[in-house]
Amino acid sequence: MITVTNKNTDNSGDVRLAGISKTYDNGFTAVQPLDLTVPQGSFFALLGASGCGKTTTLRMIAGLEEPTTGTVHLGDQEVTRLPPYKRPVNTVFQSYALFPHLDIFENVAFGLRRRGIKSVKKQVEDMLELVQLGEQARKKPHQLSGGQQQRVAVARALINTPKVLLLDEPLGALDLKLRRQMQLELKRIQTEVGITFVHVTHDQEEAMTMADTVAVMNAGRVEQLGSPTDLYENPNTTFVANFLGTSNLIEAEVDSKSGGEIVLKAGGGKLVLPEARYAGPTTTGGKVLVGVRPEKISLAHADEAGEIPDGRNRITGKIADSSFIGVSTQYVIDSPVCPEFEVYAQNIDRDDRLVPGAEVVLHWNPAHTFGLDAAQDIDAGIQEEATV
Amino acid sequence: MATLTEAPPPLSPTAPGKKPPRKRGRFTPYWLLLPGILWLLVFFALPMIYQASTSVQTGSLETGYKVTWHFATYWDALADYWPQFLRSILYAGAATILCLVLGYPLAYLIAFRAGRWRNLIMVLVIAPFFTSFLIRTLAWKTILADGGPVVGALNSLHVLDVTSWLGWTTGDRVLATPLAVVCGLTYNFLPFMILPLYTSLERIDGRLHEAAGDLYAKPVTTFRKVTFPLSMPGVVSGTLLTFIPAAGDYVNAELLGSTDTRMIGNVIQTQFLRILDYPTAAALSFILMAAILLMVTFYIRKSGTEDLV
Repeated sequence: MITVTNKNTDNSGDVRLAGISKTYDNGFTAVQPLDLTVPQGSFFALLGASGCGKTTTLRMIAGLEEPTTGTVHLGDQEVTRLPPYKRPVNTVFQSYALFPHLDIFENVAFGLRRRGIKSVKKQVEDMLELVQLGEQARKKPHQLSGGQQQRVAVARALINTPKVLLLDEPLGALDLKLRRQMQLELKRIQTEVGITFVHVTHDQEEAMTMADTVAVMNAGRVEQLGSPTDLYENPNTTFVANFLGTSNLIEAEVDSKSGGEIVLKAGGGKLVLPEARYAGPTTTGGKVLVGVRPEKISLAHADEAGEIPDGRNRITGKIADSSFIGVSTQYVIDSPVCPEFEVYAQNIDRDDRLVPGAEVVLHWNPAHTFGLDAAQDIDAGIQEEATV
Repeated sequence: MATLTEAPPPLSPTAPGKKPPRKRGRFTPYWLLLPGILWLLVFFALPMIYQASTSVQTGSLETGYKVTWHFATYWDALADYWPQFLRSILYAGAATILCLVLGYPLAYLIAFRAGRWRNLIMVLVIAPFFTSFLIRTLAWKTILADGGPVVGALNSLHVLDVTSWLGWTTGDRVLATPLAVVCGLTYNFLPFMILPLYTSLERIDGRLHEAAGDLYAKPVTTFRKVTFPLSMPGVVSGTLLTFIPAAGDYVNAELLGSTDTRMIGNVIQTQFLRILDYPTAAALSFILMAAILLMVTFYIRKSGTEDLV
């Protein structure tokens, strides 16, 4: 069972999923049996490509989908079979699902009125202030911009002070700049109200910016769960390594082991991997996938290979492609150990010799190397198109 | 290094010497409108003017009719036939309400619950149109025939006792009573109610139902607060498409009713085709048109659908 440590003692906002799974009538299993605990007050992200089961998981928490097996607990209350209108959770829907026939005020007041609260004026006005829409109260949803509609959707859910707020790709319909702004805004609101947020997204950057804890999902399973830094620096699987940012993965073989370091053979060269960063077996001759992130690597022209300090992992190759993107330059290196080795170099002191076709040496601190079980698909999690 | 101030010109895709495209088609929209306008002019505007002039003529078939601006025809027609006007509105109103009550659940079912049966049910709704209006109405004569199974069943269930007491039927008969006429009207105009209802229900985003449920609305409340208000455009167009033709209908009253159930359509028909009192018939037609126009305007204003559509 995967559990995130909980600083808070009040657990009424915990979400506990136990052995929960969903198989549709057509035989498709969207979510494999899954155990997950989200502690009260945390900002939790379910990250994955479309069809990985993250939205289905969210809908099972909301009560919009009935799990095939397993149970859902909110705090100590079991809600597995409760209809959505009896659950103390609220959802911010993808593309918002605002009621088009009601104005903003009535949209936000909807939940309060359904619970029989008569004097809603003060609360609704306060909530609209919180999302900076006080002026728009009497407009209809279609008269607002995408960003404003998004804030109405958040206000409409939050006003009910749910135990848990569920967000289903809430920023998917916004343009990049607005999305950045809303990411910070949502984070601010979450800190302010202290409600548990469960956020579904396919955007790894969004998940990492906003969430305290991210669960990476793939094919109906949680691949890995942890803090954004932890997931990025220590991926457990090739899927996580490739899905979250970019990783260079090299097929290597265990050569020897000494003093907490594993020495590996890869394409004639030697690479060093800290033992602590590889969980698999380390018998000599065993296969290991060695990974390193593109921004950890330094690039030197072949003529200056002698100047590279000892003790760094090094690989030779030839620049296949380079693209200048302002703060950095992204190189694709054709190397014997990996045909498309990616390197991101900060544009501090640019070496004019580093152009496509140049022979180069890549080197990095062995501490930035991680090891993965070689029995996996090396390309798992590589996205077809770059995430914006 | 020289600063570039101008991007090099891209290669021109158009060959030199080629004429710019001719300004064409400025009048095309009007040409396209022409057939429709002509049609309306010849078959709507002209007959209306002709009918308007007829309504203020006096004379007889033998001596010929002359326009004498005799507006009294309108008052006389109203004074003579107000019961038929009232009856038309009552019958059409009753049929419209019945259509709504029967049609809404069906349209709801087709839109949200029918799944793969959706198309089949839609075909079944439209299927009666494959038979002539007249034949369908005549079939009701058989269905409601005296001593038939329907009347027999209603009788043994003592339903007819109640409807007779209400004045909807007379004795053991259903045929030739107001109930029969309203049944015929309801049956004949039901598809005109279902189709717009279905269209507007089907357009409702299913996530709105989920959102309402998520915001503590029970299924019944979801229907009352979300589904029904959003289907109002369908309700309004459905009721109009039912009420307007039903108010002017004469076939149902003719075939299923009696002299006590004559609607204004029957009066107009008799005036035109049997009594040959053209001015009165024309005046009645205009009064009916004006009455319907007034009611429809009032109804649309009241239902406040302008900003929903």
